[in-house]
Amino acid sequence: MVTMIGKSIRRWWAVFALPTFAAFIIGFVAPFVIGIYLSFTKFTTITDARWVGFKNYRGVFSDPDFVHALIFTVAFTVVTTILINVLAFFVAYMFTRAMRGANLFRGVFFMPNLIGGIVLGYIWQLLLNGVLAHWGLSLTYKGIYGFWGLVILMCWQQIGYMMVIYIAGLQSLPSDVMEAAQVDGANARQTLFHVTIPLMMPSITVCTFLTVTNGFKLFDQNLALTNGAPSNSSEMLALNIYNTFYGRVGFEGVGQAKAVVFFIIVAVIAIIQNRLTTSKEVQA
Amino acid sequence: MSNAIKAANTATRTHTGKVEKKEYMKHGWFWTILFALVSIAWIYPILLVVFNSFKQKIYISSQTFSLPNAKSWVGLSNYTDGIEKTDFISSFWWTVVITVGSVALILLCTSMCAWWIVRVDNWAAKGLYLLFLFNMIVPFQMVMYPLAKLTDMFSLNTPWGLWIIYLGFGAGLAVFMFTGVVKGIPSEIEEAAMIDGASVPRTFFTVVVPMMKPSIVSVAILETMWIWNDYLLPYLTLDGNKYMTISIAVQYLKGGYGAVDMGAMMGCLVLAIIPIVVFYLFCQKFIIAGVTAGAVKG
Repeated sequence: MVTMIGKSIRRWWAVFALPTFAAFIIGFVAPFVIGIYLSFTKFTTITDARWVGFKNYRGVFSDPDFVHALIFTVAFTVVTTILINVLAFFVAYMFTRAMRGANLFRGVFFMPNLIGGIVLGYIWQLLLNGVLAHWGLSLTYKGIYGFWGLVILMCWQQIGYMMVIYIAGLQSLPSDVMEAAQVDGANARQTLFHVTIPLMMPSITVCTFLTVTNGFKLFDQNLALTNGAPSNSSEMLALNIYNTFYGRVGFEGVGQAKAVVFFIIVAVIAIIQNRLTTSKEVQA
Repeated sequence: MSNAIKAANTATRTHTGKVEKKEYMKHGWFWTILFALVSIAWIYPILLVVFNSFKQKIYISSQTFSLPNAKSWVGLSNYTDGIEKTDFISSFWWTVVITVGSVALILLCTSMCAWWIVRVDNWAAKGLYLLFLFNMIVPFQMVMYPLAKLTDMFSLNTPWGLWIIYLGFGAGLAVFMFTGVVKGIPSEIEEAAMIDGASVPRTFFTVVVPMMKPSIVSVAILETMWIWNDYLLPYLTLDGNKYMTISIAVQYLKGGYGAVDMGAMMGCLVLAIIPIVVFYLFCQKFIIAGVTAGAVKG
């Protein structure tokens, strides 16, 4: 009988649902729809938009910087996803076993997450440039330096976050299954690979998804650490889109088309991820 | 018979469980020492910034790894420089206003909206819910340019206007997490309250909200972490001549003019980190719970 209270609540839509919905229209729906429309036009402000069809989209893939940023972002995402998840899982695995000081270490590992991307970028710029200065180099010497600088920064920031999720997963593993493995004579390694990891698949998919999307959408850290230097060779997708909008006059339409392409990539990843999460879960 | 075995099993289980808890891992000290060293390395970047914030600027780039000594020590002048150049105090204040206001508004509006969606459950509610789900997979760059124009057009380019923008753009995750919680609350309790004569808002605030408390804390933590540190949205939408946030202030030092004043930069970085560390020390338990809840639901 949801209907009885449902009916009385429904009449209160203006109080309960409307404020969020109105803000949602201004903050999301309207900009999203306008954004799709603008990607098919040439414009410098919203009001002077002129329809040009798919011209902007052709401009997207004929821009070598965008293609470079796409490759850079994919490579970055693959490397960070693997590194962060393997290391975070290892750390979580160690911390959930009886170890002196585990709580303190956990607190330390998590801390970098709370610091904003811009601040993180400048912290690591100081450290990495200080190290590279020994060889007379800097982060902006070559794109590859920026790449590994960003990888180190991301690992530092995100291992703690993923560790927390893995710890929660490890702590909620069914103890009877773990014991059954022990009773059956499985050693620690066999238990880890044949029992723990399969049971941890939900946590692993969540963390993989988070690291993949975080890697793809990375902006602040990229802006602060190298700002794409030298000559856009350490530029990632989000920064490339931003620079197309605000750095090149007359390319606003191409920028918006890039944003749509970017959105489609992120959405496809999210949908694939969702499928995997629901299919790969192992029942205990 | 089988019950007896079960009982015996549980007995040994609790028994071994107790023993295991006291018994630390094999080679435990090795791992403790290893992770202690790694933990020191983990906070080293922050310590490095703190050391450098007390050094004269020319020594920051040339002797990054040396501790401040008699020659390079400048006391607090990097901090005063940084505060002056970026108007740090007012940036801090506006960051507080934007974060606290947005989070409060998000919590209030999205919890009400989520309850409405779950309990009404008609086509409008279902459509709305799907839209909020969709919102979660759209990256900010997709809406960035039109959003910046719209905020100007509607004069929402103030800290108060940003409350509405954050409510709109950040609604997805909050609504999603709250609907998950409301679905688990039996509606009979609310029905009983209404039959006893409570109005709809009263039912919500006195019956439903107390049951949602843990998730409200989790959403508050997640949204605070996002909004406090957000750079691009406030940078593009706020009227830069009047308002700055901490992230904008730090970036402003870099982008402003010519060579970066590394001294002022170090001062600002430390000032930006201090409130976060204080917040973390006081709310660590809630933060970790919030992150876990967000991951499981999201």
